Amino acid sequence: MAPKTIIEKIWDEHVVYREDGKPDLLYIDLHLVHEVTSPQAFEGLRQKGRKVRRPDLTFATMDHNVPTVNRFVIEDEVARNQMTALERNCHEFGVPLADLNSPEQGIVHVIGPELGLTQPGKTIVCGDSHTSTHGAFGALAFGIGTSEVEHVLATQTLWQHRPKTMQVNVTGALAPGVSAKDVILAIIGKFGVDFGTGYVLEFTGDVIRRLSMEERMTICNMSIEAGARAGLIAPDDVTFAYLRGRKYAPKGEAFEQAVEKWKQLCTDEGAVYDRVVHIDGNEIAPTVTWGTTPAMSSPIDGTVPHPEEFATETERKAAQLALQYMGLKPGIKMTDIAIQHVFIGSCTNSRISDLREAARIVKGKKVAPGVRALVVPGSQQVKKQAEEEGIAQIFIDAGFEWRDSGCSMCLGMNPDTVPAGEHCASTSNRNFEGRQGKGARTHLVSPAMAAAAAIYGHFVDVRTLYKEAVR
Amino acid sequence: MEPFIIHKGKVAGLDRANVDTDQIIPKQFLKRIERTGFGQFLFYDWRYLPDGTPNPHFELNRPENEGATILVANENFGCGSSREHAPWALADYGFRAVIAPSFADIFYNNCLKNSLLPIKLPKEDVVYLLKQAERPDYELTISLEQQVVFDDEGFTSAFDIDPYRKQLLLKGWDEIDLTFVYEPYIIAYEKARS
Ligand code: SF4
Repeated sequence: MAPKTIIEKIWDEHVVYREDGKPDLLYIDLHLVHEVTSPQAFEGLRQKGRKVRRPDLTFATMDHNVPTVNRFVIEDEVARNQMTALERNCHEFGVPLADLNSPEQGIVHVIGPELGLTQPGKTIVCGDSHTSTHGAFGALAFGIGTSEVEHVLATQTLWQHRPKTMQVNVTGALAPGVSAKDVILAIIGKFGVDFGTGYVLEFTGDVIRRLSMEERMTICNMSIEAGARAGLIAPDDVTFAYLRGRKYAPKGEAFEQAVEKWKQLCTDEGAVYDRVVHIDGNEIAPTVTWGTTPAMSSPIDGTVPHPEEFATETERKAAQLALQYMGLKPGIKMTDIAIQHVFIGSCTNSRISDLREAARIVKGKKVAPGVRALVVPGSQQVKKQAEEEGIAQIFIDAGFEWRDSGCSMCLGMNPDTVPAGEHCASTSNRNFEGRQGKGARTHLVSPAMAAAAAIYGHFVDVRTLYKEAVR
Repeated sequence: MEPFIIHKGKVAGLDRANVDTDQIIPKQFLKRIERTGFGQFLFYDWRYLPDGTPNPHFELNRPENEGATILVANENFGCGSSREHAPWALADYGFRAVIAPSFADIFYNNCLKNSLLPIKLPKEDVVYLLKQAERPDYELTISLEQQVVFDDEGFTSAFDIDPYRKQLLLKGWDEIDLTFVYEPYIIAYEKARS
């Protein structure tokens, strides 16, 4: 048999029907649902008298709208309606739901892995572009629109064209203080916000192999910021160890059998990708965005660029508009950018290891005067664990607000927003105009970089802090 | 779904790259549980000033763009969030087609599901159309059947579209109904795997 990439292996396993001139009909193993992109899909089913074909392969939670303080008092009536609608829909169609009362509630991309629902080799979809996160387990996971949500609910399948494959090889080693977030920001900075369009990315290389599951999720999470609907990492012992004992993972003998099967999920020797790109991990610095796309970033020891430095007219214009929106002058040092808000959270960086990393920097220090800093754990389970480990207390003692889980300031659909004109160091994934609030100025960074910005009131190179901490 | 066969209409230009779906329809308007009524919020943060009055500098607010049904934009249009509210808002505002050199994948698919035709044209054609769109009366015709975009002054440009999607659009078919025809295959697949 011809050698195959892991992407092709998973794809071929899931083709229900194939005919020339048509997309493949692909089977979906896991469908995750949240309150914002599903109401119209359930309504569509209802209008046509259709059922959910496999409620047992569907799992819902609420995350986007939920308040992270006083979560049961939702003042926004429209938001409340949306959550009530999800409860009603799940009840009516028999879909399991982790609601606000559930200890399992959290951001959909945090709880899927946490509960062991996310497993190697699965096809996973959700009406959310950051579904790519689940690719960290060697699953083929991608975001879909509401019409596709309805299609999957009704048929458990999707018509999909076979994607092109791209290897993103990250070699070398990362310096202390350089994180998975910096890796993915550096990749997007180097190759652009649309280099992945039409492709599924496979991340490979020494740097990737050494990452924890949480860090791998951070990388895959932001594949969509490179235009790729999906990004994945072949499973290995790190993956299997993470999954063992999780609620929905296979148990006992069945787990060992599953591991044997999962081990086959790798790219065969000699398999050919449609495109290969490479980045040297040794050269990656802590990275901060200065503009309004995730590609508009600089290393922390760099400066805000001049628009004239860009090659094309479109890029120059985009940089100009971005700098205007961000209120930044070309040529200033990244470390001179003052910060008024800090958000540690989102499906990119709100897992326990992210919070530990940030807490290491914060421990024994105080949030700078004039800075408002928030920690929003990705799930109620993460929250509980952080409280048990004493991490929560470190943040609270330093002057951070410690919240309940949800999407929160990542997109500000709940009351957590950044006021116009103010700068926020955010561990989330999108620095688009208005993302964190109208006129809000977002800088994407790693959890350690966000923590340091909270303490100093401006960006600092965490590599220098790590040297202190280690000695 | 409403069929899309041929459409002639006025062209509006939005000469920006990487227009994301957060811009097309900001999050505060995602809380509705219907598919309709999003047009009033299209490009909200660009379209309106903080006091709620229309921003005269925003492209779509220019008088010459009033009543436009075809939008021309730059690279990577519709990137970011998967929200289908973006094509819903564009369609509800009155657009039938969006022309750009490239689109983000999820957005592109979402448009097709809503009879809003996303058309990829070569960069130089888009540059030309953005220029023409500055005129108040500039119109284009889009024939999905022929897969071609043309004006009355000799411009013509062909585009690609997946034949399966094209069929669905021309006929205005409901995709789920169609997939149910393949249910025996789905059942067989589930049996074989369990
Ligand atoms: S945390 Fe942000 S990016 Fe992630 S699912 Fe929530 S809103 Fe989307």
